[in-house]
Amino acid sequence: MRRTNSAPSRPRIATIWLGGCSGCHMSFVDLDEWLFELRRHADIVYGPLVDRKDFPEDVDAVLVEGSVTNTDNLELAHQLRARSKVVISFGDCAVTGNVTALRNLVGEPGEMVYRVYAEHPDRDGQMPSEVIPDLLPQALPLHHVVPVDLFLPGCPPPAPRIRDALTSLLGIDDTPHGIRFG
Amino acid sequence: MARPKRPNVPVVIDGHEVMAYPDDTVLSVAKRNGIRIPHLCALDGVSVYGGCRLCVVDVAERHKLMPACGTAVAEDMEVHTQSRTLQEHRKLILEMILAEGNHVCAVCVSNGACELQDLAVELGVDHVRPDYQFPRRTVDASHPKYTFDPNRCVLCTRCVRTCSEVEGAHVWDVAGRANGSYLIADLGQPWGEAPSCTWCGKCVAVCPTGALAWKGKAVGEMRHDPNLVAFLTSARDEGEWLDRETM
Amino acid sequence: MAKVIDLDDVAVQEAEARSRYRWRVKVCSSTACDASGAGPARRAVEHSVEEQGLEHDVQVVPTGCMGLCSAGPLVRAEPRGGQATMFQQVDPQVGADIVERHVVGREDLSQHQLDENLPFFTRQERVVLSNAGRIDPERIEDYVAEDGYRALVTALRMRPRGLIETIEASGLRGRGGAGYPTAKKWAMLHDAESDQKYVVANGDEGDPGAFMDRAVMEDDPHRVLEGVALAAYATGASKAFLYVRAEYPRAIKRLEQAIRTAKRQRLLGKNILESDFSLDVEIRTGAGAFVCGEETALLASIEGQRGQPRMRPPYPTERGLYGKPTMINNVETLANLPDIIRRGPEWFRGMGTRVSPGTKVFALAGSLQHSGLIEVPMGLTLGEIIEEIGGGCPNGRTFKAAQTGGPSGGCVPASFRDLPVDFESLRQAGSIMGSGGLIAMDDSVSMPEVARFYMDFSQDESCGKCAPCRVGTLEMHRLLERICAGAGTERDLALLEQLTRTVRETSLCGLGQSAPNPVASTLEHFRDEYTALLRNEPVGVAHG
Repeated sequence: MRRTNSAPSRPRIATIWLGGCSGCHMSFVDLDEWLFELRRHADIVYGPLVDRKDFPEDVDAVLVEGSVTNTDNLELAHQLRARSKVVISFGDCAVTGNVTALRNLVGEPGEMVYRVYAEHPDRDGQMPSEVIPDLLPQALPLHHVVPVDLFLPGCPPPAPRIRDALTSLLGIDDTPHGIRFG
Repeated sequence: MARPKRPNVPVVIDGHEVMAYPDDTVLSVAKRNGIRIPHLCALDGVSVYGGCRLCVVDVAERHKLMPACGTAVAEDMEVHTQSRTLQEHRKLILEMILAEGNHVCAVCVSNGACELQDLAVELGVDHVRPDYQFPRRTVDASHPKYTFDPNRCVLCTRCVRTCSEVEGAHVWDVAGRANGSYLIADLGQPWGEAPSCTWCGKCVAVCPTGALAWKGKAVGEMRHDPNLVAFLTSARDEGEWLDRETM
Repeated sequence: MAKVIDLDDVAVQEAEARSRYRWRVKVCSSTACDASGAGPARRAVEHSVEEQGLEHDVQVVPTGCMGLCSAGPLVRAEPRGGQATMFQQVDPQVGADIVERHVVGREDLSQHQLDENLPFFTRQERVVLSNAGRIDPERIEDYVAEDGYRALVTALRMRPRGLIETIEASGLRGRGGAGYPTAKKWAMLHDAESDQKYVVANGDEGDPGAFMDRAVMEDDPHRVLEGVALAAYATGASKAFLYVRAEYPRAIKRLEQAIRTAKRQRLLGKNILESDFSLDVEIRTGAGAFVCGEETALLASIEGQRGQPRMRPPYPTERGLYGKPTMINNVETLANLPDIIRRGPEWFRGMGTRVSPGTKVFALAGSLQHSGLIEVPMGLTLGEIIEEIGGGCPNGRTFKAAQTGGPSGGCVPASFRDLPVDFESLRQAGSIMGSGGLIAMDDSVSMPEVARFYMDFSQDESCGKCAPCRVGTLEMHRLLERICAGAGTERDLALLEQLTRTVRETSLCGLGQSAPNPVASTLEHFRDEYTALLRNEPVGVAHG
């Protein structure tokens, strides 16, 4: 990946967690010591593993976990698209909706929330408070909301597959894991 | 009409000359010669359906694309199976099939051993462009031995044809039309109450996805056996009864 | 066994009976005029005739469609040996006036008189509809008096092969949509060797807005039966099915009655007109599926199976109904046969164009001064049909596009006014002839909205067998809804185009393959309207 002259020379990588279970990020952490290798080639500027509140400007590639399921996700989706060069749907929830989108089969989100909270025997009929963002009518794959450049399916995508994606993206010399013997 | 001892009809597939039997289809001769044409509804041992359209090929001098499963061979027929257009068509058709149902591999009994999942890899489908339909469909777990999950059904009718043509029971059929088409047991009864079902399990064996499965299987545990029908229908002629590995 | 009909005798008696009346008042009792009140109008005419004591002077004849449905109910008063007068928008009061003031008083009813010199009437050439609006469809005598069943007499003296040659010489092509040469189909069934062959009349006219075949079946049922008998004799079929959609109860009733009458007169059944030729004719009713107009789905439906197409080959002429060789002809095709046999193939070739001889019936509708059912020679230009026959768009609107061929067809822009309306020219313009629906649209219409309408129809009528049609039409409709609502993106448009190609090229049957045509043709000719919608700009002028 080539960077423009005015920008810092090291590629800036972000990860983000929308409507998902964090399993894809667990798989990312599963890269283990290769994360140090990644750190040698790129800066990880945003994500659940980085202490930063806002999605930064001028990101080179972002791994997006999870579907777009609430108003917060929707806002973030547009923001990350506007601020990133390469957007990667990271894992099945982002690619297909997957388990998160199973709620679409239940019907209106209100109906579902009521079923989960109010009708649940352990919850005393307590509904979630208003600080929780509103659910969208349907949980959607990321590319149905904003244009997506690359797709990394899997539930979760196994660490070697993430590594292959990042190495080819960053131009790191590495043996691809998909075609290795043994 | 008995088959001749050796295939005697020359056919050219993707530039390779292969010999076909007179009763071959493009798909069957390609298969025998190791030429892979993607397909989903086609199943050896039962009749041709031609519904999935994944096996469409280009036959020289025909002005339309032809499904390989239902196209009889002819002498010196020239077939192309891998043009860019064909690949684009197949890819989009598979995306449509994925968009139509609720195919959630992560929670499916057939995860890792699914023809639909494999086709997605083969055809390079890493995401689905058309809108997901998210249909509301109800699982039928009324049968003591098997489950039917219509969320995963692709309407290939392998089960319908196998039950009708091989088992002779005709439990399954398709009701409704257009995108409201759905599989029914007998006259739309719960499967467990369908009196014509013999519990033979052939429909489960041939299902390409996790729609029909054995009860008690968890995610990724189901193994289908689609070759069972071809074996049952040809084993006596081929003298294969003793060689068959059990499931 | 019943006595064989003497056609000459019946014709002479019928002419005599007619000549006893000084006036014949024909009241259109077709479905369209009935819907606008022809029933009460006819009763008013009859009542008035009675009241004036004119039962022996004035004969009231209920007829089929006179054509100009938009002006209905229509009545035509014909004095013996004099100039007939046509009346429009006949309510019971006008009906009584026609008898009391026009027939008795010889007054003009200028307000309700309809000029028969309108191009709508003069530019037509009626063959298939020659009896529609002129005879009482429920009386075989009326048909016989118009030379009915004479072609059958002639044909039975010919060899079947000779009959096929006559049709071949006429150049007749199937009127159901694709324009396949009729004689070729006949020859295939003729040459097929089988103990049983079938002929099927396709009267499953499912296109929205199309009612050509309905008119033929309702208004001239014996013409259809004669056509079926001719086709069966030429091909060696001994059993025929008339497949009529259930939405046409009147056509079914008339055909049933006509079959009974024809059998009694030995024009159908065993040893027709004392020849060796026997033909059993049976009606089968469709159950409301558009796809059953597709020939292999139609055959499945007759067999009592799920109405789904199957792959061809084998073609029905090789393996059709119950596995036996079968030929399917459209009702309008069959209705052309008696005249071709009677008047000869050269006469037929004298109408229309070289490759598309003869006439074509169109259901002319939409934004027009005059709409209804017309029959014109093939090759008339689009402009002649829309602007002359149809009288152009009303209320100062401008003609924008014509939709032909229904959900399988497309939209042709006004700039194609000089396009001859025949099978090949329409296909080249991105549409099809189809069965004959022709809808004129003015500048208030949004073309993507038209495409959305047809795609809604197709996604609902897909049989569900093959994936590209079952899912593709649904997805295309979704995209069109989004685009028409101003919420579409460039990616949506690109996907719509890719779906158009895939559904067209990979669907199993002709209906799936042609379902994207309304989208493809509007994209071809009106792409700017799609891109305007992407920018959320309005398309088409609002009605005002």
